Amino acid sequence: MSAAFRCDSLEKRYGATTALEGVDLEVAPGELLGLLGPNGAGKSTLTKIACGLVRATAGVATVEGAPAGSPEARAAIGYLAELFRFPDWLTADELLALHQDLSGSAGGAGERGRLLELVGLGDARDVRVSAMSKGMQQRLGIAQALVGSPRVLLLDEPTSALDPVGRRVVRDLLGEVRSQGIAVMLSSHLLSEVEVVCDRVAILVGGQIVARGTPAELGRPRGVEVETADGVRNYPDVEREDVPRIVADIVAAGGWVYEVRVLASTLEDAYLEAVGAV
Amino acid sequence: MSSALVIARYALREAVRRRVILVVLMLTLCFLALYALGCQVTFDQIEAPGGPDEFDERVLAGATLLGLSMFTTLFLGAVLAVFLTLGAVRGDAERGLLQPLVVRPVGRTSLLLGRFAGAAVVCAAYVALIYAAAVLITGILGDWWPDRVLGPGLGLVAAVVVIAALSILGSIFLSSTANGIAVFMLFGAGLAAGLLGQIGEALSVETLEDVAEVSSWLLPFEALYQAGLHGLTADVGGITGVIVNLGPFGGAQEAGAGLWLWTAAYLVLLGVWARHAFMRRDL
Repeated sequence: MSAAFRCDSLEKRYGATTALEGVDLEVAPGELLGLLGPNGAGKSTLTKIACGLVRATAGVATVEGAPAGSPEARAAIGYLAELFRFPDWLTADELLALHQDLSGSAGGAGERGRLLELVGLGDARDVRVSAMSKGMQQRLGIAQALVGSPRVLLLDEPTSALDPVGRRVVRDLLGEVRSQGIAVMLSSHLLSEVEVVCDRVAILVGGQIVARGTPAELGRPRGVEVETADGVRNYPDVEREDVPRIVADIVAAGGWVYEVRVLASTLEDAYLEAVGAV
Repeated sequence: MSSALVIARYALREAVRRRVILVVLMLTLCFLALYALGCQVTFDQIEAPGGPDEFDERVLAGATLLGLSMFTTLFLGAVLAVFLTLGAVRGDAERGLLQPLVVRPVGRTSLLLGRFAGAAVVCAAYVALIYAAAVLITGILGDWWPDRVLGPGLGLVAAVVVIAALSILGSIFLSSTANGIAVFMLFGAGLAAGLLGQIGEALSVETLEDVAEVSSWLLPFEALYQAGLHGLTADVGGITGVIVNLGPFGGAQEAGAGLWLWTAAYLVLLGVWARHAFMRRDL
């Protein structure tokens, strides 16, 4: 099966500034990829190249095999920008109707109602954007991105303005989207969120991917802690598989074991290490 | 429905929903009321000419009033055109309004065409309406009708469409404020060039006439306006014709089909340039 989104040796330069340098990435259908990185790392630029808003200086980017930015590629994507704004004179329903017209969706009122329900705005279909909170607008933005049943969803900081309940709604929604075979590229600063929802993570620093893998792969083992009657004993160079032997040795030596903790670095640790903050 | 029509309808709905059209129409009613008052007072003072070869004050008053109303109409149309389009690309992109639309299959060409069509329809209808109202007011209150009615009206419509196209093009390169200033300065430059041509013709200064001619090719809205002015008194001759041409109609120039062909070509050129620039622009 071909990749939903793929880029090879992607480069983007703005004058003397290099925003992306030799980026290779692939997102499979039904996969949720998290893009992490500090401000200015190139996450938004990569997302914008994927949806045709920005032209790459070199390299190739494709969406479902079509060049990014081509009509075929644009027909396949749904996009929510980090800094987006909708016309404040439109209601939620009118905004979705406009995007249905532009994307050629024949979903009609049924699709609009379903999407608004999906993002928790079922009661706000006739509310104008000007009367919505930032969080409501962000939910509306996600509904807008889903108009026309896209096969690739590109979300740039989609939960930055949401409260914990809103984040939970979006997290559940992303799970549902993934189960429908839609590929998602999610750019976010919220490491805990990415760790929970993403299948794979790529960390961008200075326009280059410096680490990638599943959240579990990116977290490294940091040893084992064993709480005994004599206090806590640390075994820094061992892994989970060594736990039975360690416990057996302690018990054989007449000791008592109260608790065993297998230590692993979190995605946050891996991120901080990748961006050189530790 | 084609993508460009969706965008044009969106632009029209924005103008209505934001009450742009309501405000403009209300203020225009004030302008027309003032114009009607001016016509009433002016024509009340006019006496009929003693003979066919005598100077006809009614023609001078009617042509001057309608000519001035045409200038005002062009100015108001230009204001509307600029304010409807000044942030169409870069301004909307900076505010984050454009990106959600551009990523749709609609494409940049259709988006540009739709924004232009929406603004052009609003401005053209507005200008045509005021011009028609001014002609009727002048004719009913002053019993004076221009020699050509349709041509000057179409000239005004074409002039504001050109201004809207210039503003759309500018919006690709400039921020909203800078674009608004630039288009108004071009508008002023076009009018100033027309006045220079008038002076050059009166004093036989070839350089000024050349400046005016080049400007009218580069900014054809001025030439369209001058051609419209000429149409108002195209058939007036004798002593009245001489006096009319010494007054505000000194700069009026007859223009043939060449001006219309050039205006059409000019719009196409602006469109091609705008499309090329927009396609290459990172958003």
